[in-house]
Amino acid sequence: MTGRWQPVIGLEVHVQLATRSKAFSGAPAGFGAPPNSQCDPVVLALPGSLPVFNRGALELALRLGLACGSRIRQVSRFARKHYFYPDLPKGYQISQYDEPLCDGGTIEVELGGSTRSVQLRRIHLEEDAGKNLHQPGGRASHVDLNRAGVPLIEVVSEPDLFSAEEAAEYMRVLRQLCRWLDLSGGDMEKGQLRCDANVSLRAVGSTELGTRAELKNINSFKFVHHAIEHEIARQARILDQGGTVVQETRLWDSVAGVSHSMRSKEEAMDYRYFPDPDLPPLAVGDDVIERVRASLPELPAARRARWRGELGLSDDDARHLASDRAVADRFDAALAAHGGGAAAAKPIANWILGEKDAAQSTVAPAHVAELVRLVETGTISGQTGKDVWAEMAATGEAPTAIVERRGLTQVRDEGALEAACAEAIAAHPTEAASFRAGKPALIGFFVGQVMKRTGGRADPKLVNQILRRLLSTDGASR
Amino acid sequence: MSEPLHYLPATELARRVRARELSALELLRATLDRIGAADPHLGAFLHVDADGAERQAAAVDQALARRDDPGPLAGVPIALKDVIVTGGVPTTAGSRILAGWVPPASYSATVVERLRAAGAVLVGKLNLDEFAMGSSNENSAFHPVRNPWDLERVPGGSSGGAAAAVAAGLCAGALGTDTGGSIRQPAALCGVVGLKPTYGRVPRYGVVAFASSLDQVGPLARTVGDAALLFEAIAGFDPRDSTSIQEPAPRLADALTRGARGLRIGRPRELELPGVDLEVTAAVDAALDVLTHLGATVTDVSLPHAAYWLPAYYLVAPAEASSNLARYDGVRYGMRAGPPEQSLNDMYARTRGAGFGAEVKRRIMLGTFALRSGYYDAYYRKAQQVRALIARDHERAFAEVDLIATPTSPTPAFRLGEKTQDPVTMYLTDVFTMGAPLAGLPAISVPCGFTPEGLPVGLQLTARALDEATLLRAAAAYEQATDHGLRHPPEQNLAGEGRA
Amino acid sequence: MAALTREDVLEIARLARLHLEDDEVERLRGELSAILVHMERLAEVDTDGVEPMTHAVPMQLRLRADEPGAALPVEDAVGQAPDRADDFFQVPHILRPAGSGDGRGGAGGPT
Repeated sequence: MTGRWQPVIGLEVHVQLATRSKAFSGAPAGFGAPPNSQCDPVVLALPGSLPVFNRGALELALRLGLACGSRIRQVSRFARKHYFYPDLPKGYQISQYDEPLCDGGTIEVELGGSTRSVQLRRIHLEEDAGKNLHQPGGRASHVDLNRAGVPLIEVVSEPDLFSAEEAAEYMRVLRQLCRWLDLSGGDMEKGQLRCDANVSLRAVGSTELGTRAELKNINSFKFVHHAIEHEIARQARILDQGGTVVQETRLWDSVAGVSHSMRSKEEAMDYRYFPDPDLPPLAVGDDVIERVRASLPELPAARRARWRGELGLSDDDARHLASDRAVADRFDAALAAHGGGAAAAKPIANWILGEKDAAQSTVAPAHVAELVRLVETGTISGQTGKDVWAEMAATGEAPTAIVERRGLTQVRDEGALEAACAEAIAAHPTEAASFRAGKPALIGFFVGQVMKRTGGRADPKLVNQILRRLLSTDGASR
Repeated sequence: MSEPLHYLPATELARRVRARELSALELLRATLDRIGAADPHLGAFLHVDADGAERQAAAVDQALARRDDPGPLAGVPIALKDVIVTGGVPTTAGSRILAGWVPPASYSATVVERLRAAGAVLVGKLNLDEFAMGSSNENSAFHPVRNPWDLERVPGGSSGGAAAAVAAGLCAGALGTDTGGSIRQPAALCGVVGLKPTYGRVPRYGVVAFASSLDQVGPLARTVGDAALLFEAIAGFDPRDSTSIQEPAPRLADALTRGARGLRIGRPRELELPGVDLEVTAAVDAALDVLTHLGATVTDVSLPHAAYWLPAYYLVAPAEASSNLARYDGVRYGMRAGPPEQSLNDMYARTRGAGFGAEVKRRIMLGTFALRSGYYDAYYRKAQQVRALIARDHERAFAEVDLIATPTSPTPAFRLGEKTQDPVTMYLTDVFTMGAPLAGLPAISVPCGFTPEGLPVGLQLTARALDEATLLRAAAAYEQATDHGLRHPPEQNLAGEGRA
Repeated sequence: MAALTREDVLEIARLARLHLEDDEVERLRGELSAILVHMERLAEVDTDGVEPMTHAVPMQLRLRADEPGAALPVEDAVGQAPDRADDFFQVPHILRPAGSGDGRGGAGGPT
């Protein structure tokens, strides 16, 4: 909060859906193609072209709607939103207006240990525009329509966020959800996720909303927090001086770290919405909804709760494992392959969390499980385990095979160990005497010696026990 | 038949070509000769694609030589209203804003692909009112079309070029488009058959959009049989058009010989209007007498909201048009106006200001107005509600009758310049034709006589949704009982130096 | 409803990006006002409870499988542009503050 003012923030987030073709035509979709190489008559808005809607876009949108608990409309409609801009070939965008695909829903945001359900207003389908590249010299722009027609969903929250931190956390959760559900890469720099923020201030304790300004062009994650903070401060300054905030659109300038007024929102941006006559109403039956619902993976929050509850994993570990669905799935797969339940959870988690890039790991989950078993049964020591892991990662070979091939099995034969211990003691009489005279820390030295003599394969616990026994049965008084 | 080649029906031409009595190339040459001689008087064509047509005709003849089946329209010369996109062949929509645009070779309208697959030879693109907006073909950006029956008069619109060309034997058939009457009204004024199918029957993919919820492609031809043949070739589901219906194509061969016995025909009492030419009324009355003699019954029906067809149409159509024409902006194709150093908004405004003609601008303005926030509910939305009532009127009427009959046009062909002073005067020429598109229903105009001055009159029949068969049935029965179709425009209008 | 004013006409022309000469403005003002008088008859009709008819024949949206098809060759896409630069469409600039890139979140355009 900024003095006597409480910020109220609503976010409109556009998510680019990772379909293979565009929303309303079969032109290929995908980042990075040469300019204007992903166009067809529909994308170019050639005279006589007509839209046909992509089923894949609907499925992805439904996934998010269901994951957020939104109400899915049985009948929704596409509408035309009109404005003139070079990257909008038809002179209108196909979007949804009165009858969006999803109403309501929530996104869980966790801050400072407590969780809150942020209310969504709606989620709707629309198509992306192309790219307008302003040329240096300010006289011309170049237009690339590769991106035109790519499907988007717009996720609109209620004005239900009350700080820049909350807003940033909301974005993070939404992004994670989009990646989790395979909707989108969620990369803001690539434009896969775009954020407009509506920010207003009101007197602390008031329930009315203040005049809001819309912030656009927030094009990376770190700017979400920064830009909103800046806007809150800007409005607070105005209100503190007794002025009024103008309802307007402001562009974030990430280079200068300030926002500029773009236009007054009151100046008619009359989009002249009307139902698109080329597209009959979109009917979504219960069967489709249930099929998509059944195909949803266990969501991050539910998975973390299950791990904490059933497996006793710590909050921290659970969070880290759930940061990426590939990692979370890996963990669950390794746990399942192990079959030993909660007891194996922590060791498996440790191995996976220790990976530099768990999502790209070359170690199979079943092998992770195997390695954990080998250590927990004492077949190999923990130390050996680390060596074996390194080799697994390099070659993809199974741990048991590596252990056998390199003869890394932990030595636990008491007879052999006793012999090695006796040798070590005999070889270092001074240290033995010091130990007996009252330097218990020297046990470590002797354990080290025995490990050297056994190529690191001796069971350190057993060695420790045997050494203590031998060092004391040699008649020392302690 | 003693008819010259250029007046033979398409069905007969196809028969001769398939029987190898006539080669497609010969037929094409005769057609091009006829166009060359007569079109300077009419101005019906915007582009003649002689090379492309020759290739198509040659392919038909080669297929026949191999004993392959080139299709039911083998060798038949057909022309296309210039809102129908033809890959590699200029397409202008009758507008300066698209002058010079040549669609990519791989992009043609579905109806074009279907005609080609049926063996038709597509000879060229026909003149029209700009963006299909008009009722006289005086709104073409290039030049008007003249009515072959009287060169001082209009052929009707917006498919004026198509009607004139078919009437004068410049092609055996044509495809036009109908949004408020643009196939039927020119067909009536030029004495040919014009069919507007049920909405969704014929795919709109590749047809320059005017009003998306009203536009339909349909045939203009000299006989009902020809209209049926063309309709069968182009109708049917297209996955590229989301408004294309999936009903199976109708069986029309039966319809053409079934006769009119038992058909119930209704005359809407609300459309007994003053201002309809007495000669038109007389011809239509006589036509209905013929149908009665053939065994049909004619009664009264009610279409209570008929007075609201015009206001509903002139809000819905321009609104959708203002949206569909937003893409003509000088960025990706077509004309761009203004100096290079202008701003973007100036570029848009100058391009569209210079590229669109007066009627198109008028409708874009009207449509933009109707969709404006604050006006949308009272104008566009209200019009769509009234439209629902108009559709309901028709449904109720069709509980009592099988066909609804009116004149197609309140007057025969009027003089060039006669109705251009006041837009509403022009709009009123569509007073009978707007109902069918608003309700999504099929309708046909058939020649039903001539005025004493020798100007054609058309009878309009409207049927239930998907019931083109009944339209063709009645039209065919009437045609067989009369001989209007055997009369052709005065040949002296089409000879000598042209002045179109 | 009162007839359209000159300001109304200019505003509609601005929304529609149509440049009008002075005489066109006045002529259109008269024509559109006269046309709208006819349209206002619709207010007489009782449409309580009537669903607007947005599609002539009732139908549901058909969906297409998410299969990419062929794109047009680049030369077909940009080949007929009134102005181009390499494989881009070239248009006059629109004023923007420096450093603001595209200037839009989502796809909601400016003016």
